[in-house]
Amino acid sequence: MPRNPEITSVLVLGAGPIQIGQACEFDYSGTQALKALREEGVRTILLNSNPASIMTDPERADATYLEPLTLAVLEKVIERERPAALLPTVGGQTALNLAMEAHRAGILERHGVRLIGAQPEAIARGEDREQFKALMDELGLDTCRGGFAHSMEEARELVRQTGFPAILRPSFTLGGSGGGIAYNVEEFEAIAQKGLDLSPIRQVLVEESILGWKEFELEVVRDLDDNVEIICGIENLDPMGIHTGDSITVAPILTLTDPEYQRMREAAKAVIRGVGVETGGSNIQFALDPETGRIIVIEMNPRVSRSSALASKATGFPIAWVATKLALGYRLWELPNVITGRTKAAFEPVLDYVVVKVPRFTFEKFPETEPVLGIQMKSVGETMAIGRGFQEALQKALRSLEEGHQGLAGGLEGKLDLSRLKEHLLTPGPQRVFWIYQALKAGHTVDELHRLTRITPWFLQEMEEIVVLEGRLRGFPLHRLPGELLEKAKRAGFTDAQIAAFCGAKEGEVAGRLKTFGLARAVKRIDTCSGEFQAETPYLYQTWEQFSEAPPTDRPKALVLGSGPNRIGQGVEFDCCCVQAVEAIRAKGVEAILLNCNPETVSTDFDISDRLYFEPLAFEDVKAVVDREAAGGKLLGVFTQFGGQTPLKLAGRLQAAGVPLLGTDHKAIMDAEDRKLFGGVLEKLAIPAAPWGTAVSAPQALEVASRLGYPVMVRPSFVLGGRAMAIVFDDAGLERYMREASLVSEDRPVLIDRYLENAQELDVDLVCDGERAVVAGVMAHIEEAGVHSGDSYAVFPPLGVEEGILEQVKAMSRALAFELGVRGLLNLQWALKDGVPYCLEANPRASRTVPFISKATGVNWAGVAARIGLGESLAAQGVEDGKPLAVAVKGVVFPFAKFPGVDPVLGPEMRSTGEVMGLGATFGEAYAKALQAAGMTLPLSGTVFLSVNDLDKPMLPELVKRLASLGFGLCATEGTAKALEAAGYRVRRIHKVNEGRPHAVDLLKNGEIQWVINTPKGKNAFSDEDSIRRQALRLKIPCVTNMSAALAACEAVETLRGEVAVRKLQEL
Amino acid sequence: MLAHLILKDGTCFNGFAPLGRGGGGEVVFTTAMAGYQEILTDPSFAGQMVVMTFPEQGVYGVHADLDEAAKPWAAGLICRRLTLQPDHARSLGDLAGWLKRHRIPVIAEVDTRALTHHLRDFGAQPGLVWTEADGSLAAGKAAAAQLPDMSGQALAALVSCRDRYEIPLPGAKFRVAVLDGGIKASILKQLTAAGYHLEVFPWDAPASELTAKRFHGLFLSNGPGDPGALPGMRKEVEAAIGRLPIFGICLGHQLLGQAFGGSTFKLKFGHRGANQPVLDLATRRVQITAQNHGFAVDEASLPPEVEVTHRHLSDNTVEGLAHRTLPIFSLQHHPEASPGPHDARGAFARFGRMMEAFHA
Ligand SMILES: Nc1ncnc2c1ncn2[C@@H]1O[C@H](COP(=O)(O)OP(=O)(O)O)[C@@H](O)[C@H]1O
Ligand SMILES: Nc1ncnc2c1ncn2[C@@H]1O[C@H](COP(=O)(O)OP(=O)(O)O)[C@@H](O)[C@H]1O
Ligand SMILES: [Mg+2]
Ligand SMILES: [Mg+2]
Repeated sequence: MPRNPEITSVLVLGAGPIQIGQACEFDYSGTQALKALREEGVRTILLNSNPASIMTDPERADATYLEPLTLAVLEKVIERERPAALLPTVGGQTALNLAMEAHRAGILERHGVRLIGAQPEAIARGEDREQFKALMDELGLDTCRGGFAHSMEEARELVRQTGFPAILRPSFTLGGSGGGIAYNVEEFEAIAQKGLDLSPIRQVLVEESILGWKEFELEVVRDLDDNVEIICGIENLDPMGIHTGDSITVAPILTLTDPEYQRMREAAKAVIRGVGVETGGSNIQFALDPETGRIIVIEMNPRVSRSSALASKATGFPIAWVATKLALGYRLWELPNVITGRTKAAFEPVLDYVVVKVPRFTFEKFPETEPVLGIQMKSVGETMAIGRGFQEALQKALRSLEEGHQGLAGGLEGKLDLSRLKEHLLTPGPQRVFWIYQALKAGHTVDELHRLTRITPWFLQEMEEIVVLEGRLRGFPLHRLPGELLEKAKRAGFTDAQIAAFCGAKEGEVAGRLKTFGLARAVKRIDTCSGEFQAETPYLYQTWEQFSEAPPTDRPKALVLGSGPNRIGQGVEFDCCCVQAVEAIRAKGVEAILLNCNPETVSTDFDISDRLYFEPLAFEDVKAVVDREAAGGKLLGVFTQFGGQTPLKLAGRLQAAGVPLLGTDHKAIMDAEDRKLFGGVLEKLAIPAAPWGTAVSAPQALEVASRLGYPVMVRPSFVLGGRAMAIVFDDAGLERYMREASLVSEDRPVLIDRYLENAQELDVDLVCDGERAVVAGVMAHIEEAGVHSGDSYAVFPPLGVEEGILEQVKAMSRALAFELGVRGLLNLQWALKDGVPYCLEANPRASRTVPFISKATGVNWAGVAARIGLGESLAAQGVEDGKPLAVAVKGVVFPFAKFPGVDPVLGPEMRSTGEVMGLGATFGEAYAKALQAAGMTLPLSGTVFLSVNDLDKPMLPELVKRLASLGFGLCATEGTAKALEAAGYRVRRIHKVNEGRPHAVDLLKNGEIQWVINTPKGKNAFSDEDSIRRQALRLKIPCVTNMSAALAACEAVETLRGEVAVRKLQEL
Repeated sequence: MLAHLILKDGTCFNGFAPLGRGGGGEVVFTTAMAGYQEILTDPSFAGQMVVMTFPEQGVYGVHADLDEAAKPWAAGLICRRLTLQPDHARSLGDLAGWLKRHRIPVIAEVDTRALTHHLRDFGAQPGLVWTEADGSLAAGKAAAAQLPDMSGQALAALVSCRDRYEIPLPGAKFRVAVLDGGIKASILKQLTAAGYHLEVFPWDAPASELTAKRFHGLFLSNGPGDPGALPGMRKEVEAAIGRLPIFGICLGHQLLGQAFGGSTFKLKFGHRGANQPVLDLATRRVQITAQNHGFAVDEASLPPEVEVTHRHLSDNTVEGLAHRTLPIFSLQHHPEASPGPHDARGAFARFGRMMEAFHA
């Protein structure tokens, strides 16, 4: 059956901002879906609020709506575009939920829009745990014993059946928050009670615990003829009890016999048929009891997921692309296997390599929460590695994390306190594999470790083999290291640096030793079929083998380095820049080679670049690719400016090794990154900067601070995303910081800046070719300086900033670009205080805001920079300073809900995971949309609770005037209330939490407060403040922690009261 | 010890022979990712050294319930990594030890992907394992050049049972004669599970016995070697046609093809794996199947009364046959799987329905 001709236009729902559990894998699946649709001549309409995504590039769809993913907006878009169908399965949970809302609201029916991919009934059966359990019983499939409780009585009844430990999961809470494992009655009572409170429908799932069982995932695809195939089986190294998203996982499934696997495969077929997912990909999770072989169905996701992105990269089978074609009516056997080109998509991929995925965490940014892994996902990103064995893949994946480990060995050597070994093995944390490695080194047996961790012994044995290898390597000086052992080490994934360290030599010397034995890396191809058929697709990885394939071409070529695993501070926006750069390079007839290790991304889709190397962004691996590619054709050089800080860190060594850099060279990078050098540059250009100093000791710090005057901004050197940055208000605070500041030393001093209070922060992105410097855009932050640029809302054009000052900032920015010698992108942050612009920092690379500004100006700035790198001047490209297509506001989303107990106040340490964009005719409209898109629903009426610090009191009257004119009621605590009454306003006084009841939190709980405006009183703020903010967060009551934001919000409320229009990028 | 795998055409691959010297046979690859024990004990692999394209082998050890025959029949195992410490709750021991006990040569640490490419491009061919102890590389290549090809090899006699035996099933509705050309245990299991009382005959049993009155149907098994080299079996099958319902798998399917007057030919490198897509031409449904064959039935050579019911989606070769008027059908792939997906298992019931109708 060819495709359904009635489907002439399709509305695709994106996933919105990056959140924990929903990252750039949905940019990948959405981009593939759009591609698959357009190939069929289908008119494509996209709704997604995330500007940092490739899919929202205007040329990817016929109509692109960068608008909030809300029901109202969806209906407006449908009314304007009249799509024949809606595809809800490539935009994660967000898209699925919105589609279901629209279905229930009758919107789809009313406008004659059909859902394709999955029908509402099927989605409900798959998503609603209660229906799903019932269905499994019908199918005779095993699920965890337990059930749903709507009261403590029911809960207690259920736990009597399940026993302890018991798994509790409240229904429909933010990111599954509030769930947990109860080991005893006490914990049970607590979690159950909290769960019932948290669940909007007062429902908690109480389940038998199967902690320690093996966990598996199958990626399943089905077509309209009910042809079902398993694209990939994934085995979790971490057992049940650790969320698959937080587990180290392996593909294919390694430790099951064929009969065991086939039973799971048959179950998967039954599930997808039973749920009735018509077409496309689904993800089904299983648990298996290693003792009895009993198989339990955990859950299914009737849509493509993070795991299906992983499966696509692991196998080469483009699940989202195929799923979309199937949704159009094609059958699997009618679709080509695009990797081989000569076979069909109807088959099951087979691997002749092992894939390992390792999650990346950022607990350090949320010190209030324990770095412990459980049934709720906490990781913000992941890396994937490919090897011709598990050991090699594991070490490559760990190396790809960029957390300073070369691999498993030497990971946290000496950094772990072995006296706490047992507890770290028992309670899984982000670094458990390294603890395991140290434990094995310390002589603990595989059996012991298995008992403590429940990790399948085979994996532990493989790690033990790595330990043994390390031991053998240590037995030789490099010049006597036997070739057979050296080859073994390389095949096990050891780096030259590790081997050198073990054999007491320098890293550089290992290469020589390898030559002596004629040992070299080989390149192999991912082909979906283990070599059974010839595949031309250059989707490649490096390993240690006798023969290589896919020889380099004889074309001119350029290598683009990707951005590695997602993390807070470096996410999808950099992948977006990499992809745009790659496409610009290809358009110039130069072969674009991309290297990256993040399986979620668009950049690692095999047909984005001319050649894709799925490799760690580590010097040795990158250099090997460079050498190989340089062996054929002409390697023009390497781009290090698109992948964020990751490639930038490699630039120095690459250049030193004689590898030409395209674009900004290493000296310029150093001048900008090194605080002292940069200070010099600023002085030379007479550009104002906040007075600053450095200190390696508390006394020194106090001395510097007294010179600069409080408050001061302190941070360790060499950090990213404002890591461990803080504003300190007095000596006591500074002493505390110096005490807590980790690893301060002569060469890693603490940087201390005068904190520019109530300063307006500006972000500038520009491109420079040496001749000219063109300003892509200047963005004005809503929150004042002190809130990390990545965490603050920002508006373009920079409304409210005087023309004169703006010109001055642009001029100085250009001057800096020339002085530094930037070739390509440069990002600057400025703080305006009393009309004077101070330069905060310069990043000679793509920035978080480049995709945003590209969409706001209609210019692909990463592409411009790439062409500069290839020698095409700005004049030749004919680009001018960016002009706004509309008022654009960047909004941000935070993962606070996932980290219970965290104070959601903003500061210089970046903590947001993703961004959204609001476009409007006025600031109010754009800001309102940005807030909506970020999930912040402002109240249009009701009572506002005000509590602001003294610094902010001066701004209070203006704010209150706005609020009052909008008809909001006011309530405040003592201090603020006084100030308000003084200004002649009627205020309801309420107690602070420690002043007796009813206090602020009581009112919040009673729904007497609809909006919290609370500006914190600095680090040593009263404890009740953050308890108020945390309550607001829990109760989903909007909480603004910043005056300028509060003022802006008033404007937003005004707009929201009126009619809000939607626009597509293509019409701006 | 360090070793080489030398192919008949002189191509040479480095490796390591953990169990020592020896090993030779037709080198074929299978892309099945699990199931090494079933594969090595499958009589259809007699005389063949099997390349496992998946690099990690032996992970879950060897199991009591995974043998397809009383002993491994493959002539050797060629792989990338061989786990020496297996891990599985029900494992009896490690693969290497098991192979050693059964004197099955192994060569590991081989670039199996490059080897697979070579077999794909230049065809499956004989090869041998060569160590220093065996002499110079040149000598090895000379020896390899002398190896006999699989075409023309009749191996049924080697792997078939010597004497007739029964697998009784009290109360069974049908009694089936099974012609054993090297049958897999799991085929017998599936036939029994389908509810048939089985009598298994050696490969050279005459049609007169196979079609005795007491039988409701005849099953023709899988087996190794070149179907073209078994004229005797072909003749008996031909004689059985029309007397009772017949169901053939793999070699059995090829013999039927010949008995119908068709011919078989050697595929360049065969179909071996657990992910082989087969299209059922009647239902237009796809089955993911387990396959293991180096020869195929030549469609053009088939008479009009025989129809092609299944096709391989990758190369359109014949995967299933049925007689238009007589109750006879056969499959090139392996519905019993083991190892592999169970999508095609319905075939055993189909045989039952056929006997049902015939004897109604
Ligand atoms: N009954 C259970 N016992 C132990 N661990 C469980 C149980 N149910 C779920 N888990 C763990 O919690 C994780 C998340 O559960 P899941 O149902 O997949 O929720 P999500 O929708 O967040 O993926 C699973 O990956 C598994 O490791
Ligand atoms: N001297 C200062 N005064 C006020 N705010 C500052 C000062 N220095 C930095 N900040 C704030 O801290 C944030 C992070 O500082 P920045 O130098 O940009 O670090 P990063 O490299 O993490 O972006 C900035 O976005 C700004 O809001
Ligand atoms: Mg899950
Ligand atoms: Mg910054």
